[in-house]
Amino acid sequence: MEHLLSLFVRSIFVDNMIFAFFLGMCSYLAVSKSVKTALGLGVAVTFVLLITVPVDYLLQMYVLGPNCLVDGVDLSFLSFILFIAVIAAIVQLVEMIVERFSPSLYNALGIFLPLIAVNCAIMGASLFMQQRVTMPDTNSQAITSVWDSIAYALGSGIGWLLAITCLAAIREKMAYTDVPRPLQGLGITFITVGLMAMAFMCFSGLNL
Amino acid sequence: MALLSKANQEALVGPLNLNNPVVVQVLGICSALAVTAQLEPAIVMGLSVTIITAFSNLIISIIRNTIPNRIRIIVQLVVVAALVTIVSQVLKAFAYDVSVQLSVYVGLIITNCILMGRLEAFAMMNKPWPSFLDGIGNGIGYAIILIIVGFVRELLGAGTLLGFQVIPQWCYDHGYVNNGMMTMPAMSLIIVGCVIWAHRAYNKDLV
Repeated sequence: MEHLLSLFVRSIFVDNMIFAFFLGMCSYLAVSKSVKTALGLGVAVTFVLLITVPVDYLLQMYVLGPNCLVDGVDLSFLSFILFIAVIAAIVQLVEMIVERFSPSLYNALGIFLPLIAVNCAIMGASLFMQQRVTMPDTNSQAITSVWDSIAYALGSGIGWLLAITCLAAIREKMAYTDVPRPLQGLGITFITVGLMAMAFMCFSGLNL
Repeated sequence: MALLSKANQEALVGPLNLNNPVVVQVLGICSALAVTAQLEPAIVMGLSVTIITAFSNLIISIIRNTIPNRIRIIVQLVVVAALVTIVSQVLKAFAYDVSVQLSVYVGLIITNCILMGRLEAFAMMNKPWPSFLDGIGNGIGYAIILIIVGFVRELLGAGTLLGFQVIPQWCYDHGYVNNGMMTMPAMSLIIVGCVIWAHRAYNKDLV
């Protein structure tokens, strides 16, 4: 239980997808113009993470890992292709479910819903999970069960959601500031994210 | 010179400056920020992305007329994932230290938006040879930004370049200190922000 809580909190604040690893930067910069759409995309990303990471965990443990299917065969070099296929399939599924049950959210997210498939945060979380599986049990970052992988996925998703909502709120306010012309738009957004990342660095000593 | 006609030259040279994938089109930011703490991984990453962009553009462009429109994203992802797997295995075999440093970011080339962006916008509707050149141009445009950021961060953060000591010892004797902040992830965002600022200040019509 303690380990689950530690994984969850650390993946929100210490190993934040945006501020520590820069994953999912493209949609992070593109969709953070208003708080409302940012929140919607954050929830969608969290949801997709919550399904794909445990599925990829099971694949890694029972299909790809050393000696899983056939003794003496390590299939982990196939992980890129398998993981991306799982992600693409699940995103397609989520897209169909959202379209069926909540057409308004579907229209609000538009093109960014299918683009979650190429969001590096999803693929990155699966690849980090693959790294952490091999860590010893005593390591506070190790993922040793399906529950661990769910806690990690949920924490990463909420961390991403937190980051994109914060940036969207700042950018809404920043519309009223007087920024030098060449720095306007993209440039100042990068510097803002940099300053936010510095603020998040103070969590790096956090230990549960 | 049919091989390097005017349009082909444009495909190759455009992405280096006015149409740069990182600072103008804002594609492939994730890895541009994460692997640039030192110069060496930045160069390796730039090179890998250039090779993968060029060949995935070439392959998709060759089979573009046979891909059904509805499943094109999956086809593109599988082609890219296969190429990335090859590059990742080659790196593990011949440059193990760098591949450890790059860790998951080699795998993340699959979801690098430059690849998908160029495949969708260029390779799906152009002939193989221009697509190949476009891939090389975009890869190099990406590598240039990585190398600039990696250069600044390694020089100011550790006083070295490619692992060799550049800032002489007498500077340290007189009180010069490495800026440890530069090796932190946060600074790469700010440096890329400044690169964008300088680039737009120079090319005024982009603003």
